[in-house]
Amino acid sequence: MHPRLTQKIAHAVLLLATLLVVLPVAAILVIIVAKGASAISWDFLFSMPRDGMTAGGIFPAILGTLYLVLGAIIFAVPLGVLAAVYLVEYSSDNWLSRLVKLSIVNLAGVPSVVYGLFGLGIFVTFFHFGASILSGSLTLGIMILPVIITSSREALESVPRHFRTVSLSLGASRWQTIRYSVLPHALPGILTGMILGLGRAAGETAPILFTVAAFYLPRLPQSIFDQTMALPYHLYVISTQVPGIAENVRYGTALVLLTLVLLLNLAAIILRSRFRRKKKW
Amino acid sequence: MVEQSVKFSVRSFHVHYGHYNALRDLNLDIRANEIFTVIGPANSGKTTFLNSLNRLIDLVPASRCSGEIKLDGIDIRHGMEVEALRRKVGIVFALPLPLPISIFENVVYGLRMQGIREQRRLDEAVERSLTEAYLWEEVKDRLSTPAMNLSGGQQQRLCMARILAGQPDVLLFDEPTSGLDPISTARIEETMLILKDKYTIVLVTNNVAQAARVGERTAFFLMGEMIEVSETSKMFTTPADKRTSDYITGKFG
Repeated sequence: MHPRLTQKIAHAVLLLATLLVVLPVAAILVIIVAKGASAISWDFLFSMPRDGMTAGGIFPAILGTLYLVLGAIIFAVPLGVLAAVYLVEYSSDNWLSRLVKLSIVNLAGVPSVVYGLFGLGIFVTFFHFGASILSGSLTLGIMILPVIITSSREALESVPRHFRTVSLSLGASRWQTIRYSVLPHALPGILTGMILGLGRAAGETAPILFTVAAFYLPRLPQSIFDQTMALPYHLYVISTQVPGIAENVRYGTALVLLTLVLLLNLAAIILRSRFRRKKKW
Repeated sequence: MVEQSVKFSVRSFHVHYGHYNALRDLNLDIRANEIFTVIGPANSGKTTFLNSLNRLIDLVPASRCSGEIKLDGIDIRHGMEVEALRRKVGIVFALPLPLPISIFENVVYGLRMQGIREQRRLDEAVERSLTEAYLWEEVKDRLSTPAMNLSGGQQQRLCMARILAGQPDVLLFDEPTSGLDPISTARIEETMLILKDKYTIVLVTNNVAQAARVGERTAFFLMGEMIEVSETSKMFTTPADKRTSDYITGKFG
């Protein structure tokens, strides 16, 4: 074949593959917006569900998801960041640090439903937290721990080595060096990882299935030991478990969840770009 | 000549990186208020020696030191905190390495780490040390701007001011002008000659002419060993060892 022809074919195939990647994303967005936008109203966002979820709003599910995400972050971010600091700044390359790194990689590969079962076994049953926001948050927190640790480690490792050398050479202790010359410069990267974890925690269904999510609970949770509705599970319920829910309500719920996650990811992207612009080394 | 007091005394000092013997059986004294220069080709152990004096060598994984280094008669490994040692023995690196913060914050970094908070003390230290490093006039109106915006030569003088702020005893220079133009180099050298009245200076340089210009005594290192040490003028006119004369006349290295 003529080289110019093969060149054209190659170009076309590559372009097609690229477009095929965009297509599903665009299609999902278009379908969900087209079918769900009509359901979105003040009342839908901020009122209780009524009449077996066929009427009213999804406020408890939105709030529940926010609580769960917040709880997961409160648990996972300090733990993950501290672990990352230890791994990058303190541990030498020995069997323990290798074991920890291996565990993190494996933790990232565990299917989310397994986290759900684990949460049921540990938090709900063993610790007697019951099906509650606490159990659900802890389960989600463990699920996003690998994301937090990995992104924090990358952020810490991207801080130039000489910042540490200079700081130590000026008489700072090791901790002062981490606190004043490493962490501030790693913070945007750590935040980015945190927000990505947040997005993931907001969207997952399986980990909250056994640990917190209520089928139908038309009131707001009173404490962290309460069950709560949550968006992903609510979507599952009204799509498959309860007949006679209007289509635009189902898609409207999906739209709210999607918007929430997209907003979180957008925040991560903005933070990251700001970080890159400020970077001067 | 008056007998000067000894600042650093180094006895049977060895450094190993893993199995590699980077510095072998070093014995030497560095006198107070002298400019002691160390010359030698790459991998001769001169930077290793410099980093041993303030224990930055500890940061190198798998490094091991044996023997003894005393500062004012006190063992730097067992007789004092490493943070205190590094405050007394400041270092200027080969490349200008300001921290990505303002000029002011760079200068007071060491003081803040000591817990000094009073603005007046910090302001005084900044003016004093920047003046000592001959940078005050150039930057006094923009102390809050990022240090990264300064030129290479200015950054290197900022790095000098940064260690001077902590009122150290000894200044270590690790090829401080290797990345600078001749004019900036001359300014750094002039500054060193003035600073030697107050501080002891150890200068590692790969520029033999620089050692001749500013050094009072010079040591020649080769492959981890100190070949000879003597008055700089003597070393450059009548070196005792043939390898020294070969090096300073440019036959190798």
